[in-house]
Amino acid sequence: MTSKMPIESSIDLLPRPAHVSRRGFVGGLSAGILGAVASEAAGAETLADVPDRGPGADLGAHSERSRFVKLDRIPEATPGKRNVDPGDAINSKTPHQKLVGNITPTDLHYERSHSGVPDIDPAQHRLLIHGLVSKPLVFSVEDLKRMPSVTRVVFIECTGNGWENWKKADPDVTVQNTHGLVSTNEWTGVPLKFLIDLVARDKSANWMLAEGGDGAGVDRSIPLTDEIMNEAFVAYGQNGEPLRPAHGFPIRLVMPGFEGNLNIKWLRRLKFGNEPWMTRWETARYTQLLASGKARQFQLRMETNSVITQPSGMMQIQPGYIRISGLAWSGHGKIAKVEVSTDGAKTWKQAQLAQPVLSRAQVRFQMDWVWDGKPTKIVSRSIDEQGNVQPDRQAFIAAMGTNALFHYNAQQTWSIDETGRVRNVLA
Amino acid sequence: MSSHDKLLLAGILTVGLLAAPALAFDFGRPATPAEIKLWDIDVGPDGKGLPDGSGTAVLGKQVFADNCAACHGDNGQGGIKDRLAGGQGTLASNTPVKTVGSFWPYATTLYDYIHRAMPYPTPGSLSTDETYAVTAYILSLNGIIPADGKVDKDSLPRIRMPNRDGFIPQPEFDPAKLFRRK
Ligand code: HEC
Repeated sequence: MTSKMPIESSIDLLPRPAHVSRRGFVGGLSAGILGAVASEAAGAETLADVPDRGPGADLGAHSERSRFVKLDRIPEATPGKRNVDPGDAINSKTPHQKLVGNITPTDLHYERSHSGVPDIDPAQHRLLIHGLVSKPLVFSVEDLKRMPSVTRVVFIECTGNGWENWKKADPDVTVQNTHGLVSTNEWTGVPLKFLIDLVARDKSANWMLAEGGDGAGVDRSIPLTDEIMNEAFVAYGQNGEPLRPAHGFPIRLVMPGFEGNLNIKWLRRLKFGNEPWMTRWETARYTQLLASGKARQFQLRMETNSVITQPSGMMQIQPGYIRISGLAWSGHGKIAKVEVSTDGAKTWKQAQLAQPVLSRAQVRFQMDWVWDGKPTKIVSRSIDEQGNVQPDRQAFIAAMGTNALFHYNAQQTWSIDETGRVRNVLA
Repeated sequence: MSSHDKLLLAGILTVGLLAAPALAFDFGRPATPAEIKLWDIDVGPDGKGLPDGSGTAVLGKQVFADNCAACHGDNGQGGIKDRLAGGQGTLASNTPVKTVGSFWPYATTLYDYIHRAMPYPTPGSLSTDETYAVTAYILSLNGIIPADGKVDKDSLPRIRMPNRDGFIPQPEFDPAKLFRRK
């Protein structure tokens, strides 16, 4: 195992510190790759043991992952309800502990669906735009594809992301369990503004109802602020191909930086009005119960957030060089800075950001660390271009209480014991 | 992008996105009032969108037993899915119980949600009167209307839900303040 270059070296952006031995270097790295490449332990001992080259499999119509790579989302239910029957799952989480870079593979993008994934024939799908407009119109998917388009890399995050840690920290969870409800893809579609101009919206119509074509008919009221008017779009493309059914095929709303639930999937209706509709999802569901018993409503923007993904929960590390790596994102704009502490939030060092840093997209951060083998805690915090700082857990809970269920963005701490076991803790 | 689209795009950019109406019917087709009515199902807190018809809690008890109890329990409690009744007074405790009775701010939302999304396996399968009836029944389970109560498009928006004042809008998107500046 120590003689084979781990695959992660291909994204090693940082020079290896001179004082770290090769042995320590590889030992530390194993933390990040154990999960991803199961066969690593059976690696060759000398170059003579490396299997011979030879002709490979036929070229196919599309490519599959290597049989040595196992990457899966995990379907889960509400906090603490893991390993559920797929029929009882309400979301499916991204395996961030096994991923590199900024973009989430399409099939691993997290999913939250309220009534399963509908099987929609795009030829029969229609988008109705009506309400306070002069020209109510019906569009086919082909109509939308003929229009001027935008392409943007953005994160989408379920407001339930992080909800495992509101009340307590189960030590035996991975970052997939704690933070698997956020992903970043490239989306292509028609600017909302273009559609709004086509139907000639009334000036008084400042709110828009967006409704999905799923069994639940999920619908949300969206305030048409200048920012949303400039940023929102109706997407038909995801990472260069048509949307996947789980993500809204054939069309969905994309609302960069806003609650995942606002990015209505299987979009089939936009209606303009002058006040919110008070749908079930913006009253009973995605509101945050504070300690006072009152609930915060219309907390639509996703906050400044970050999490260390390598090493993270349930991994095992060894003393020596460790490349700490993780993801940071903010609904307010670009990430300006990520800081990492390896001594339980006593001192902080600035991490490197993978360029380019995009507004409302996840960005990979990395930092060199040499673990001396003593128990400690590692934690990251992000700061965005508007100056928003990801709060520590104590300050966060003091403001929000422990009942809010949604919009958890407190710093995530991983503890490391003397044997190198990495575990989830509150702080 | 085809050259046709490029031309189109160039045209739009010249006219400017805001001044696109000349192109409006190059995309899509006008929606007819009849087809809009088919899809226009949303109900606002002022009752706008509620259909004619009515239903009693007494009839709703039967509708509920036939269509809902399997998932939500006999009295809207103890089922395998969301609890629909009880929980009043728990919102500030360490184990808040959020139900229609303890948490929902508008009775209109209950009609809207049941009509669009329930019963889960066959949304839209209840008649208008059955939807009103089961709405009335869930409200009666929560002590919001009497067990022999009745609801329709006039009474539903007038019902004051126990947690009507339980929500604090985030200042940035407070509907009472947003767009009122100018
Ligand atoms: C097969 C199971 C099933 C049946 C049958 C069913 N429901 Fe539901 N119901 C659900 C599920 C699952 C949810 C939660 C959906 C979600 O969170 O998006 C739900 C949610 C609800 C809610 C919202 C609860 C809340 O506080 O947010 C109401 C109200 C409701 N159902 C009413 C009904 C009524 C009325 C019927 C019968 C006409 C019915 N349900 C039949 C499964 C069912």
